[in-house]
Parts: sequence; structure tokens; C-alpha cells
Amino acid sequence: MTYEEAVFYVIAAVTVAGGLGVVTARNVVHSALFLILALMGVAGVFVLLASEFLAIVQVLVYGGAVTILILFAMMLTRVRDIDGPIDGPQRPIAVLAAAVFLGTTVLAVKETAWRGNTEEATVVDINQIGDALFTTWAMPFEIASLVLMVALVGAIVLARGEEGE
Amino acid sequence: MIPIDNFLVLSAILFSLGMYGVLARRNAVLILMSVELMLQAVVINFVAFAVYLDPEAFTGIIFAVFVIVIAAAEAGLALAIILRLFRNRQISNVDEANLMKW
Repeated sequence: MTYEEAVFYVIAAVTVAGGLGVVTARNVVHSALFLILALMGVAGVFVLLASEFLAIVQVLVYGGAVTILILFAMMLTRVRDIDGPIDGPQRPIAVLAAAVFLGTTVLAVKETAWRGNTEEATVVDINQIGDALFTTWAMPFEIASLVLMVALVGAIVLARGEEGE
Repeated sequence: MIPIDNFLVLSAILFSLGMYGVLARRNAVLILMSVELMLQAVVINFVAFAVYLDPEAFTGIIFAVFVIVIAAAEAGLALAIILRLFRNRQISNVDEANLMKW
């Protein structure tokens, strides 16, 4: 086993442990903290895939913004005070569905003969990404920024409430 | 180096965990967190395919950026809706929001 594989297995173990924590923790705040662990693990996976730019974006957007938003929503909706079971009665079906999906996907990955060089990741230069984003993908880029703005305005309108409330 | 299979299997495990979370949890915020897990699995797949199979065009990396942008927008909107639901009806479990259930 090469050292790269060893690093991969450590990072993958952290990511999967975080993911397991998110879906099994009894305490919702612990769930959110496990989510941060899983997201940072995914950032590590991006580094292993030679995409440092995405790793940085991951840490900034997810570690910085999304988890804070989720924790805010938890505080504002007082999730911890809700009584009753945290999982619904459909839990066995959920286990079954997830297990079937996992089995099928892993089988498909193992059985497929991937074309091209699947043994080594090629480094994509950050300059290339920037160039492509503002030339080939300029239109989707602008649409994405429009979507972000509309979503933010919508979120503010929804969360603020009606006048005089 | 690491074969592509490892990344794809990791992504499959993450997606299954997210799928279990979405189906099993009752609380809307927890469901949203599971959705984030599933989106992360998709992004890992995009990037792995981009750097292993087609590094000249790297479309997957560009798409990963867009997925992260849309996920951020989605998280903001979904949390606003959850907040609204809680203010109007004092609930945050999805199975209690059954006003339109037949």
C-alpha cells in the first residue's frame, strides 16, 4: 500500500464516520458538528484529487457558511426541545433502501471497466479553471450568480415575515 | 496512486448515508443536513471523473463549483422555509406539516 492510499483511507474513514454521525446522532447539535467533520473530510478528498481550489471553496462555503446557517436554524426552531422520536416509523425501510442502493452502486463501480488512465489523478491548474469559468462557462456562471441573488432575496423575504407582525 | 474505484465507493457510501438520513429522520433541519451529504457525494464523483477520465476538459470541476453554489442557495432558502413553518405553526418535523395531506 502506497502512502497515498494510506492517507486516502484515513480521510475516507473520517468522512464516513462524520456521515454516520450525522444520520445516527441522538442529539441534533452533535449531528451538525458531525456534518462539519464529514465536510472537512470531503475537502481532504478534494486535495487528494489534486483540486486545491475546490478544497478551499469547500472549507469556506460549507465550513464557514452552511453549517453556521444550519446551527442558526436549529437554535431558532428550538429543535432540541421537541419531544417524540427523532427517527420516523419508516426507519427499517430507509435502512433497506440505503443498503440496496449502496450494494448496487458498489457492484456497478467494481464491474465497470473505466476507460482512460484511472490509476493517477491529473493536476488541473487553477488558472485553467479560472479561464474556463469566464470564457466557456461564462453564461452558466452568470446564471448561477442570478440564482444565488434570487435565493438570498427569497430567503430574506420568507424569514422576515409580513409587515406589522 | 489511488485508483478511481476508491473515490467512487467512498461517494457511494456517503450518498447511501444521506439517503438513509433523508428517509429516516423526522426533523426538517436534519433532513436538510442529509441532503447536503448526498450533494457532497455527487461532487466527489464529479471531481473524480474530471481528473481521472477527462483532465483536458475538466467539465466535472466546473460543475462541482456550480453544485456548491446551488447547494448554498438551497440551504439558505430551505432554512428560511423551515423558520417560516416554525413561526406559523410551531412545528419543525416534516410529518407534522400535513395540512395538504389527503
